[in-house]
Amino acid sequence: MKHMWNKVAKINLKPKSDIHKSLRKHGSLSSHSVTKVLHVATLVMLTAFFLFPLVLSFTNSFMSEQEIAVNYDAVTDKSLSSYNADVEASNSFARFEFIPEMVTLKQYYTVLIKKTQFLFMFWHSVFLTVPIVIGQTVVATLAAYAFAKFRFRGRNFLFFLYIVVMLMPFQVTLVPNYLIAGKLGLLNNYLSIIFPGIFGTFGVFLLKQYMEQIPDSYLEAAKVDGAGALQIFLKIIVPLSKSGIAALAILVFIDNWNMVEQPLIFLQDADKQPLSLYLSRIAAGEKGLAFAASTLYMTPVLLSFLYAENYLMEGIRLSGIKG
Amino acid sequence: MRTGKLTMNNNLLPWLFLGPSLLGFALFYLLPFITGFYYSLVDSPLSGNFVGLHNYAALLQNPSFLLALSNTAKFTVICVPLNMALSLGTALLLNRKIRGRNLFRTIFITPLVIPVASVVLVWQAFFDLNGVLNSLIHALGYQSVDWLKTDWSRVVILVVYLWKNIGYCMILFLAGLQNIPVEYYEAARIDGANRFQEFFRITLVYLTPTTFFVFVISIINSFKVFRETYLIAGDYPQNSIYMLQHYMNNMFLALDYQKLTSAAFVMAAFIVAVVFLLFRVERKISKRIG
Repeated sequence: MKHMWNKVAKINLKPKSDIHKSLRKHGSLSSHSVTKVLHVATLVMLTAFFLFPLVLSFTNSFMSEQEIAVNYDAVTDKSLSSYNADVEASNSFARFEFIPEMVTLKQYYTVLIKKTQFLFMFWHSVFLTVPIVIGQTVVATLAAYAFAKFRFRGRNFLFFLYIVVMLMPFQVTLVPNYLIAGKLGLLNNYLSIIFPGIFGTFGVFLLKQYMEQIPDSYLEAAKVDGAGALQIFLKIIVPLSKSGIAALAILVFIDNWNMVEQPLIFLQDADKQPLSLYLSRIAAGEKGLAFAASTLYMTPVLLSFLYAENYLMEGIRLSGIKG
Repeated sequence: MRTGKLTMNNNLLPWLFLGPSLLGFALFYLLPFITGFYYSLVDSPLSGNFVGLHNYAALLQNPSFLLALSNTAKFTVICVPLNMALSLGTALLLNRKIRGRNLFRTIFITPLVIPVASVVLVWQAFFDLNGVLNSLIHALGYQSVDWLKTDWSRVVILVVYLWKNIGYCMILFLAGLQNIPVEYYEAARIDGANRFQEFFRITLVYLTPTTFFVFVISIINSFKVFRETYLIAGDYPQNSIYMLQHYMNNMFLALDYQKLTSAAFVMAAFIVAVVFLLFRVERKISKRIG
């Protein structure tokens, strides 16, 4: 720190020195504009890379079934291509068309009104995700308070265990989890996914980081005023942790809306499965509605992301602070 | 610090707040974890005859497991450094005063929130033998590549992994970059340092804690690429992207709990070891930076 200030002082002692000026005009004008163009070009290319799957799904969701068929038949028609030895010569490739020839809501009509399956799956995703988001947020807020603001025996060891569990892939505890769910009679039941979801340790980790930033003096002051631990929790910790809690809620939402592994194992009934699995199984013939289904599926997360973007950034940033 | 009468209360209090979490943690994570370890040491969960490390020894002879292990290892070794380099690069691009900075940041993080399942179709149509990528390759006069059915499938999964993960790590790096005091750079310039020296002597050094964390996150997320692999390529994908999680899932469906649990513990042990080691090294380096 002291070292740094010395350096700063040094800067102030030599105002507008020659060195300083020459540094400002680092490089000639032309090389400067070249780097700038390169810079912007890179950013634009990255934007295209990150957004094209998203934009494509969206715009293609307004295409008619015929147009989808024309664009994607080369990919869909597996039976033809695998028997056709001369695929190279047939010259039929899938095409990404970003702009529909004719905008139609037919896909949405099919997905939302004509076929009920999609809506059922959509609600399955909601039924699975919402309890986990609410549950994990509440449970984690309570536990994080204990880890962040109390000293007790075994605290560090316990927290270490929480972190280890947080890092484990789902498959590690698959079998025993499955057997426990079986013992509790939860197989093929959403609760077999919701319970482990609620007690996931990521939330505790994230909120502990956040709550540690709340100065102890606030708590001490409240204590002097005669507030108990519960009052401190409700009147100080929770209000001051609002943005951390929001960050957690959105991260948990994203993660669970996207779940694949758990329903794959715990929900063997195809008609209980959430959208994520349904979309991966959409039959070749149904490509015409797949894009509308995909677009509808990503809408809730995308909207909540755009609405609470700053919280999400905060959540990510927090996850990177050392505990 | 806590004095007098409150001491006793204070010993109980944290456990009250911790209670719900701890109960669920014990039942749904700790107990399964311990039981899982026990299963990996017995001949079958029903009879429960202790066989020591037999299951592990058998596992190491199993060709599918070895294939899955080497694939997972190869994938991690390739994707982690690449993800780190690219997300640092992106963060550096955005760590300047440019117009639309926040917009770019939002765009780059978007893949993180997009459910994999909703873009699977696009990836499939892109990488298929008759897909969009091959139409480009074909147009340039080269031979088509069967991206999903040959060893090239590794590249597919790599691209999908990078697409999803660069944003998260970029945000971490951006936060780290913004924590480096501007004065360091000013001082270095006065001492005549060039851009490269600045980057290697200041930026990289002071990013060390962030870098370690990004490293851990990248490893953990490299194991999560199973989601993408499964959705794009199914239960039994091309051999080179048959991951440990495929193996475990398939062992589960085959009811071979011994192989599954011992494979799970090989993986768990590896993760714990890596994380533990990293945090020790990181602590040492952080101390040196001060």
